[in-house]
Amino acid sequence: MRVSVRDLQVTYRAPGGLALPALGPISFEVEPEQFVAIVGPSGCGKSSLIRVLAGLQKPSSGSAYLNHQPIQEPSSAVGLMFQDSNLMPWRTVIDNIALPLELAGVSKMERRAQAADLIPQLGLEGFEEAYPGELSGGMAQRVALGRVLIQRPEVLLLDEPFGALDALTREQISLDLLQLWQQSGATAIMVTHDIREAVLLADRVFVFSQRPGKLIADVHITLPRPRHSDDMFNEAFGDFVRQVRAAIDRA
Amino acid sequence: MLANVLSYTLNKFISNEKYVLKPRRSVVRRYALIATPLTVLAVWHFITLLELFPVFIIPSPQAVGIKLIAVIQDGRLWLHMGVTLQEVLGGLFLGVSVGMILGYLIAHIPVLEDLLSPIIVAFQATPILAYAPLLVIWFGTGITGKMITGALVVFFPMLMNTIVGIRSVPENLRDLMRVSRASRWQLFAKLELPAAMPVLLTGLKTSATLAVIGAVVGEFVTANAGLGYWVKVARDSYDTPLVFVAVISLTVIALSLYGAVSLLERRLLAWQRRHRLVD
Ligand SMILES: Nc1ncnc2c1ncn2[C@@H]1O[C@H](COP(=O)(O)OP(=O)(O)O)[C@@H](O)[C@H]1O
Ligand SMILES: [Mg+2]
Repeated sequence: MRVSVRDLQVTYRAPGGLALPALGPISFEVEPEQFVAIVGPSGCGKSSLIRVLAGLQKPSSGSAYLNHQPIQEPSSAVGLMFQDSNLMPWRTVIDNIALPLELAGVSKMERRAQAADLIPQLGLEGFEEAYPGELSGGMAQRVALGRVLIQRPEVLLLDEPFGALDALTREQISLDLLQLWQQSGATAIMVTHDIREAVLLADRVFVFSQRPGKLIADVHITLPRPRHSDDMFNEAFGDFVRQVRAAIDRA
Repeated sequence: MLANVLSYTLNKFISNEKYVLKPRRSVVRRYALIATPLTVLAVWHFITLLELFPVFIIPSPQAVGIKLIAVIQDGRLWLHMGVTLQEVLGGLFLGVSVGMILGYLIAHIPVLEDLLSPIIVAFQATPILAYAPLLVIWFGTGITGKMITGALVVFFPMLMNTIVGIRSVPENLRDLMRVSRASRWQLFAKLELPAAMPVLLTGLKTSATLAVIGAVVGEFVTANAGLGYWVKVARDSYDTPLVFVAVISLTVIALSLYGAVSLLERRLLAWQRRHRLVD
């Protein structure tokens, strides 16, 4: 699915009644099945952009489109993952993963079967009946990832999904995401603070300026796919990382 | 990852339960639970042996026991207990339903809070004993009046707990429901209700004991049956053993209700007792 944004602006109202421009104006186009990573200083409107794309929030001006249709409300073709795993603590792992299907009215047998199919790819074997309170942060994010993927989204929106995890866990889970995304054929837009993660996963890295966030660099990562963790030791990989970092320093 | 799986299986194995429970009470603590009531009984018995007080002030445990057997046999205990139980359950049901419905609406419509809080707070600040006679004038001397009295006492804690419970549902989870295109009903049944459940159950526990107080207050004002009425009648005829029997029966009702809600809590909140052992 193609995601496009034209002259988009998000402005909040500060407590004093003052207008607080958070994002834009910004325009870009993401091709179907492309992976875009967004990096930028905190408070520059990255989360606001994700919320607009998810249909959770109306833009103050301009618009966002899915396959040229303006986004008015949440769509079943779009999956959203937050920094916080956002699991329901009273549901088991398998029932958390199956939640979107349950809300869509899929029968219990069918949705549990579909969730069970995802479990091995997520590395959650043996934890099907565990509760979120029993999981580590990394495993909770895996469950959250499963919950997004189960609805077979055509667009994946990821807002710093691994931001709260330690470096090792983070690298492993982003490699798994890479694998799962490649199978899914979804367009992905991921906000991250980790430049190496951005370069490893993405086809393009968007660099945003200070608030109000504007697109100041669009770095095309031409590393071949499928990519592996070894690719991070390539000279080309290092070049892209330096390129993105230089753009951020100009932000 | 592997370590996680191992420790998980291991602790399933060790605990020999489907999930890890809090450690069991030690033997000493379990005996302590029985020791207190026995001590009270012993002291009571001892005091009556010394004949410090006349029998119509403190009757002996035996006298109360004999009275208890008598009223069980002639059926009066079940009659009065049945009436009070009906009032308590009716009041509880009414107060909890109205409190939850109104609390849910207030949690979602803030202006409703501004409109209703003067009335609600005024009601809450006035002792129920003061306006209970009014309720009898309006709703009659039968069971209905006592249910209303009970409902009014129960209503407030249920209302407050519902408001707090619904407002504490994480905004992120509401967003999650929205992006999953949940219906209004699904939002309630699959998110708001389970998320607010711990707070709602706390409110229900408070309410269960308050409902007993409400019914007794109603019976004190005017009644011709029920345990509260019995306390009054027995006192007026200086039948203190009967007062004891009625009071103890009220305690039994209150404790049973409290126990029932606690059991419900254990079932519904089983997930809260499952915790991660290893990161
Ligand atoms: N609901 C809101 N009301 C007012 N200000 C907001 C709101 N949401 C975000 N902001 C402000 O808008 C700016 C951008 O926020 P956000 O989109 O979360 O940025 P980022 O995700 O890049 O850190 C921040 O300065 C933030 O304080
Ligand atoms: Mg953010």
